[in-house]
Amino acid sequence: MDNKTKYQRDLRFYLTGFILSLALTGMAFWAALGTTLSSGKIMAVVGVLGIVQLVVQLRYFLHINARKQKREDFDLILFSTLVLLIIVLGTVWIMGNLSIRMHTV
Amino acid sequence: MSMRHRYRHPGLNLTDTPDEHLAKNETTIFGFWVFLMSDLIFFGLMFAIYITSIGATAGGPRPHELFDFTSLAIQTVLLLTSSLTVGFASLVLKFDAKSGNLIVWLLVTLLLGLGFLFFEIRDFIEIAAKGGVPSRSGYLSAFYGLVLLHGLHVAMGCLWLVVIMIQIQVFGLINVVTTRLIRFALFWHFLDLIWIGIFSVVFFGGLHFG
Repeated sequence: MDNKTKYQRDLRFYLTGFILSLALTGMAFWAALGTTLSSGKIMAVVGVLGIVQLVVQLRYFLHINARKQKREDFDLILFSTLVLLIIVLGTVWIMGNLSIRMHTV
Repeated sequence: MSMRHRYRHPGLNLTDTPDEHLAKNETTIFGFWVFLMSDLIFFGLMFAIYITSIGATAGGPRPHELFDFTSLAIQTVLLLTSSLTVGFASLVLKFDAKSGNLIVWLLVTLLLGLGFLFFEIRDFIEIAAKGGVPSRSGYLSAFYGLVLLHGLHVAMGCLWLVVIMIQIQVFGLINVVTTRLIRFALFWHFLDLIWIGIFSVVFFGGLHFG
C-alpha cells in the first residue's frame, strides 16, 4: 500500500469517528431536551448513547483495538475501567443506600 | 512482523516499521497511558461525588435553573471538532511532516480549545450571577469541582500546545518533539472522552434528577 492510500484510509478513519460522535451527541441532546419521556427512561437512553460514543472515540480517535493491540496495553485500560466502576458504582450504591435509610430524600 | 504487533503502542503510531526510536517511544507512550488512566480514576471520583450530591442543593438554585443548553451544545461541538483537528495534525505528522499544514491544524485546535474555554467561563459567570456559587451548596461544590477540573485540563492542554508549537519552530520535528505531540493528541482525545461523561451525567443527569 503506498503512502497516499494509507493516508486516505487513516483520514477516513478519523472522519468516520467524528461523524458517528456528532450523530450520537445530537441524539443524546435530542433525547434529553426534546422528548417527554420519564426521567429514568431519558437517562437510560443518554447513558447508552454515551457509552456507545465512548467506544466510538476509543476506536476511531485513540485507535484502541482489542485484536491489534499488545496485550498489556489493553489490560491496562481494562483494569483501570474495573477500578473506575468499583469506585463509582460502589460510592453511588453505598451513599444512595445511606441516603434512603437516613430519610434524606 | 506479525499482525499482533502492528500497533506498537496504544494510539496513532507514526510508523508501522521498527526504527531506532521505537522501543524507547513505546515505553514513553505506555507511561503516558498509565498517567491518563490514573487521571481517569481522579475524574471517576469527582463523578461519584457529583452523583451522590445531586439532590444536595440545600435550598439553593437547582440545576435546571442554572444550565444553558445552547452554550453546552456549542462547547460540545467545539471540543469534538478540536479532537478531529488534532487527529488531522497527527496524520500530517505521520505522512507529510515537512509541509506547513502541521502548524495550521495545531493552531486550529488551539483556537477551538480557547473557544471552548470562552463559552465555559461565560457560563460560569452567568451561573454565579444567578446565585450558583461553589459555597452555596454541596451540589454546587461538586458541580464546580468536576467541571472546573475538566476546564483546567483543557487550559493546561492549550498551554502545552503553545509550548509544543514553539518547540517545533525552535528545534524542528526531532523525535523528542514528535512523541510529545503524539502524547498531546492522546491527552486531547482523552479530554473529549471525559466531556461525554460531563454532558451526559452532569448536565443531563442534573436536569432530570436534580
